[in-house]
Amino acid sequence: MLGLNKNDMRLLLIVAAMVALAPIILNPFPESSAMAQFNAGYPDLMQRFVIFGIFAIGFNILFGLTGYLSFGHAAFLGAGSYAGMWMLKLLSINVIPAIIFSTFIAGLISLAIGWISLRRSGIYFSILTLAFAQMAFSLAASVLTPITGGETGLQTNLNDPRVLPSFLGGGASDGGNIPKPSLFGMEMTASFKLPVAGWEWTFNWGYYVCGVIMLVAFYVAIRVFRSPFGLMLRAVKSNQQRMSYTGLNTRPYMLACFVISGMYAGLAGGLMAAMDPQVGAERMQWTASGEVVLMTILGGIGTLIGPVLGAGLIKYFENIFSKINSSLLHEWFAFLPDGLEDFIVAIIYPFIGKGWHLTLGLMFMAVIIFLPGGLVELGQRIARRFGKGRTANATGETKPAE
Amino acid sequence: MDQIILQILNGLDKGSAYALIALGLTLIFGTLGVVNFAHGALFMLGAFCTVTLSRILGLSRTVIDETRTDFLGKPLKVEVPYVYDWFGENLGATIIDWNVPLSILFAIPIMIAIGVIMERGLIKHFYNRPHADQILVTFGLAIVLQEVIKYYFGANQIPAPAPEAFVGSFDFGAAVGFEAGAIIYPYWRIVYFCFAMILIAAVFAFLQFTTFGMVVRAGMADRETVGLLGINIDRRFTIMFGIAAAVAGLAGVMYTPINSPNYHMGMDFLVISFVVVVVGGMGSLPGAVLAGFVLGILESFASMRQVIELLPGINQVVIYLAAIIILLTRPRGLMGRKGVMED
Repeated sequence: MLGLNKNDMRLLLIVAAMVALAPIILNPFPESSAMAQFNAGYPDLMQRFVIFGIFAIGFNILFGLTGYLSFGHAAFLGAGSYAGMWMLKLLSINVIPAIIFSTFIAGLISLAIGWISLRRSGIYFSILTLAFAQMAFSLAASVLTPITGGETGLQTNLNDPRVLPSFLGGGASDGGNIPKPSLFGMEMTASFKLPVAGWEWTFNWGYYVCGVIMLVAFYVAIRVFRSPFGLMLRAVKSNQQRMSYTGLNTRPYMLACFVISGMYAGLAGGLMAAMDPQVGAERMQWTASGEVVLMTILGGIGTLIGPVLGAGLIKYFENIFSKINSSLLHEWFAFLPDGLEDFIVAIIYPFIGKGWHLTLGLMFMAVIIFLPGGLVELGQRIARRFGKGRTANATGETKPAE
Repeated sequence: MDQIILQILNGLDKGSAYALIALGLTLIFGTLGVVNFAHGALFMLGAFCTVTLSRILGLSRTVIDETRTDFLGKPLKVEVPYVYDWFGENLGATIIDWNVPLSILFAIPIMIAIGVIMERGLIKHFYNRPHADQILVTFGLAIVLQEVIKYYFGANQIPAPAPEAFVGSFDFGAAVGFEAGAIIYPYWRIVYFCFAMILIAAVFAFLQFTTFGMVVRAGMADRETVGLLGINIDRRFTIMFGIAAAVAGLAGVMYTPINSPNYHMGMDFLVISFVVVVVGGMGSLPGAVLAGFVLGILESFASMRQVIELLPGINQVVIYLAAIIILLTRPRGLMGRKGVMED
């Protein structure tokens, strides 16, 4: 179905089900319980899960398939955000032009950057992309201020032109409020709350818009992975020289791959602007590029589902782990004798709250050292141990290209 | 004319820092073949050696001074650093004042130890893995080191002033015949430049004129053959890693009066140092030093008012622009050799 084989279809359906039921799955603890703060099922965070999922899927198409490590993907994310913001300001508050235009702009920019950067490979490619991204960041923060808003960034305003007719989301704002991004009148922030016996599930419109787009992006990624084009990219990863010797010009394939990857980033950027209409230059900083690298590696490089898992994990840590403070820790370990309690809290404390980056760094190093395949490999190892004889492929594993 | 000289001088101190970090990066790459993304963190650790030493020197006991009173009329409590007890008040005060230069002695053994532990504990296991894995694991290490420093020292900048003798500026213009006040240059930056030159010369001399350095150079050229000759090249390379770490650390130590250390200063320098290494040519030591100074001076020229009026924003991007142009026109960098990182 849809040009997918049975395993891929099953994977896609599983992901679709997870996206659809995320508000329920991510809220496993009742509202009143002490564990409620581990619930991740609130709209803002769920939106981030899927948006960064898209970003990481796109990055994985480049890094996972071809092995070219780009340290400049944040530039495309930022460019997409700016482009989306301008559409929201100039055309209409409807998110569709914003999303299309942000993808398009990011595609153009990645075409230009890829055209130059792909002349080199290996570490040189990484440095070139890094150099371009840093340039984009510095320019966005300084000279391009008329376009990017400089250090303050861009926001939607009351008196933005919004030239499209009002049924397409254009026109002046009503009632003196800054209009919120919407899809044909349905605001992105609109939520439907469903209280069920202690739990409260929030179904957010913006989240489902992002979720559907992520499913489409995921589907396209599967098709790319399984296509002859994807096979060609894998061949580049395993031995580019041999490809050239057989008379194949790899440049067009690489460039196409780079542009696709950049467009994914732009799409993610556009969605970010659509969900939360403000954008600043820090979105382009190279640490943001580093973040998407972390996500892809943590989840499992070169696998289909890995980047989405990695993005979810990192965003979860960033939002949930960083909220734990020392008094909470003391509360949890209160059942221990006082001395022991203080001791354990003192040990754990550096790793949570503000120090969650430390946990992230350690986790990342551990993954690279012991689990080069990331979470997906971990899952496979566990599955292999417990389900002997079954060759489980449900995780969308693709054989690592040696 | 005086403007040009001023910009060259301004570029020298930043260029020295770039050159020192790039030199260490190239040493590690040339010997071990590892792309070390944690090198910026080593620079930062060096800077925090200074902070640590100043905290240690500042350790003090409280004595009650009966002769003076505070605003409530009670006897004033005075903090007396232990250093005063050991060395006497005058010498003690001088030691605290000269904290930054003294940190050099303090930082060398610490940085070498950190480097050796890093190499033996982590990087050793990554020789046979792809470059991407090396980049990623050292990137992770950089995050960890940075966060540890942040945990112990906080996220704010910690000032570390230069010794009293070097505060203030030198009227360079008057000394070479321009009108007074045209070219003014802080003393400490001169010190930094001289220090960098001495350090670079020392590293080159060590590699060029000692037996140890000769073996290391031979190992850089052909590791396997040197190993076959019965020389334990791995141990020497480990020591070179320690030395590279120490060079980065010392660059950080001496940079503290110019730029107060904070936990992410390493990352800021790292990106540029990589650009420097690539521009200089991967694996070429003189190239790294040359590119460091060239880019440093280029950056300061681009920040001239006249240039910015002509090309707004150029000061922010000139280094990256130069890197892109050089990589596309001279793919091996300024002084790169054939066959290094070509695959």
